[in-house]
Amino acid sequence: MRITRVLSTALLALGLAAGPAAADSSPSPSATDDGKAPTRAGTSFRTATEIEQGQQATASGSTGDYLYWSFPADAGQRPTVKATVKLPATHGTQNWQIDVYDGLRRRQSCQYGAATRTAAEGASSVELACVLRTVRAWSEPWANDPLPGTYYVRLTVVDLGASDLGQPVSAEVRVDSKDIGGAAAVDGSLAEPLVPGVAVKSQAKEDDAKTAVLSSLEPDDGWSSGWWSDRWVWTAIGGMLAALAGIGGYALTRGSGRPSRVPSNV
Amino acid sequence: MIRRQRLAAGVCALLAALTAGLAVPSTAVADETEQPAPKVELVLDVSGSMRARDIDGGSRMAAAKQAFNEVLDATPEEVQLGIRTLGANYRGNDRITGCKDTAQLYPVGPLNRTEAKTAVATLAPTGWTPIGPALQKAAADLDGGDGTRRIVLISDGEDTCQPLDPCEVAREIAAKGIGLTIDTLGLVPDAKTRDQLSCIADATGGTYTDVRHKEELSDRVGELVDRAADPVVTPVATEGAAECAKAPSLKSGLYTDREEFGRQRWYKVDVDPGQELRASVSVADDRAVNPDYGVLLRAVTVHGREIVRGEAAGTGRTDVISTGLRYPKPESDDDTATAETVCLQVTNSFSAAAGVKTSPGLPLELTVDVVDGPSKAGDVASFGLGRGWWLLGALVLAGFLAGLLWGWLSRWRVAVWRTN
Repeated sequence: MRITRVLSTALLALGLAAGPAAADSSPSPSATDDGKAPTRAGTSFRTATEIEQGQQATASGSTGDYLYWSFPADAGQRPTVKATVKLPATHGTQNWQIDVYDGLRRRQSCQYGAATRTAAEGASSVELACVLRTVRAWSEPWANDPLPGTYYVRLTVVDLGASDLGQPVSAEVRVDSKDIGGAAAVDGSLAEPLVPGVAVKSQAKEDDAKTAVLSSLEPDDGWSSGWWSDRWVWTAIGGMLAALAGIGGYALTRGSGRPSRVPSNV
Repeated sequence: MIRRQRLAAGVCALLAALTAGLAVPSTAVADETEQPAPKVELVLDVSGSMRARDIDGGSRMAAAKQAFNEVLDATPEEVQLGIRTLGANYRGNDRITGCKDTAQLYPVGPLNRTEAKTAVATLAPTGWTPIGPALQKAAADLDGGDGTRRIVLISDGEDTCQPLDPCEVAREIAAKGIGLTIDTLGLVPDAKTRDQLSCIADATGGTYTDVRHKEELSDRVGELVDRAADPVVTPVATEGAAECAKAPSLKSGLYTDREEFGRQRWYKVDVDPGQELRASVSVADDRAVNPDYGVLLRAVTVHGREIVRGEAAGTGRTDVISTGLRYPKPESDDDTATAETVCLQVTNSFSAAAGVKTSPGLPLELTVDVVDGPSKAGDVASFGLGRGWWLLGALVLAGFLAGLLWGWLSRWRVAVWRTN
């Protein structure tokens, strides 16, 4: 009886302690509008311009260019890529598209959002969006699940009239992500995030040489190490409630106080 | 795990810095290897048609000169800039002589703004439009060094020196694997010029821009020069084999190769037990191809068993089609276990209409990363933990039942003890 009481108190204390910790540690997609948002876009995977989540990147280009950006996404996040393209005053019907690729350059599907849109003749702008799947901490090597690491965004026109080629356009791209939290927490983690050139980068660090890298961005608070999720809190609270229910069930069978038929001298 | 590694690395770095600082305080400056200087050559069409006064009321030549002056002022320090002209000197009607008329106005090197501007000021619209030969010469001008290389071609008319197709020239330049990009700008172009210039740009992964206003020209050229200054990883040229046994052995890094239509390319990578191989491949379509295409990357053992594959297919206009794979090799208990040779096979299903040249092959870019530590997992949920109201309900119910059971058991025990 005393053991149960001690146990339940301990669990309760643990739960109280873990509660606020859980609230703190959930990574929030912080908007870092520090005025240093990139104003250019790359033209290939290799030259993709790095942007952070929450940054509004702009770029000017020509119709027909392939514009590339890259951003980091960590486990538990569900990134949404939004792009707005401002079109020249006169143009024919055009189809614009955003494609998102992961760190292994595998195309990632959009759950929803208009990733391909047709700009009608003379339309002044076209808006595109792509909501990715939740980034998992780990998946089978044979699966195509999104994993923590670098993601590439490619914005381009996929269908246009010949006379529209090379016209000046400007584009805005922004990536925000929703924190899915423990619902998406899986066991296991990658030893290194899926950042292209990560093996070369760690070698370069040893050499202390200043060299160009394929991808250098990482989330504000570093890549999550993969052990924390709110599942700890849920399970701990569940354990406590179970203990309390156990005490309750036990108490039910005992009635209140000392049974009347037991003589006082026993 | 990652965080812990970083912490360890940080501690190591700190210790190293401390010891270095104590040992040799005088040579505190680390000798950093500088990023190789990026090279840009501006190739300007000075053919007779540049006299046309149709850019904001001024002549095309005047617009180009103004743009060059602005760009020269804004060129970043580290960029080595050169200027080449085409059709600037020969006034005659002889096609053969006219088609050799390309000259270097300002050599590629550290920029002296005054000299470069003076040189540009002397230009006057003159002769033919030998784009092909000019590109060949420009590529030769940019030879040497490991930095990024970029040619910015500004023209107002199509090449007048057939049969040398400038588009083919561009493709051959790209096929050298020296990472040279050609961006093209068309000054008030007609449909044919636009086709030709965009073909040149596509062949080298460059961009094509249509220019109708002065500001557009200077903005765009300035942007392209700035872009050259961005540090970029230069890929290493390699040549894959037709079978795994003869394939080149690759380490972590970025590689380029060419792959013809319907051919295979094989590469080899050594993976130690406990390491993870990550490979991604992009095949670019640098010429007119049919609108349905795909790429397949397979990791195969030396005995021909497929380990894992990455595949991608697409349709419509694209610059590249790419895919990737990863292969974590499990830790081995055997200390003598040696590295496994993994063969990487790249195939593409691009196709082209008859008449499209098939060689050199399509540009292929391969990224190989061999990282430490395989990933492993034991459960779909993190550490097998649960979450949600159903979990709480189930636990409460189980706890309640356990409590009841315990209570009944102890009552029964007391009753048995009392009867005895």
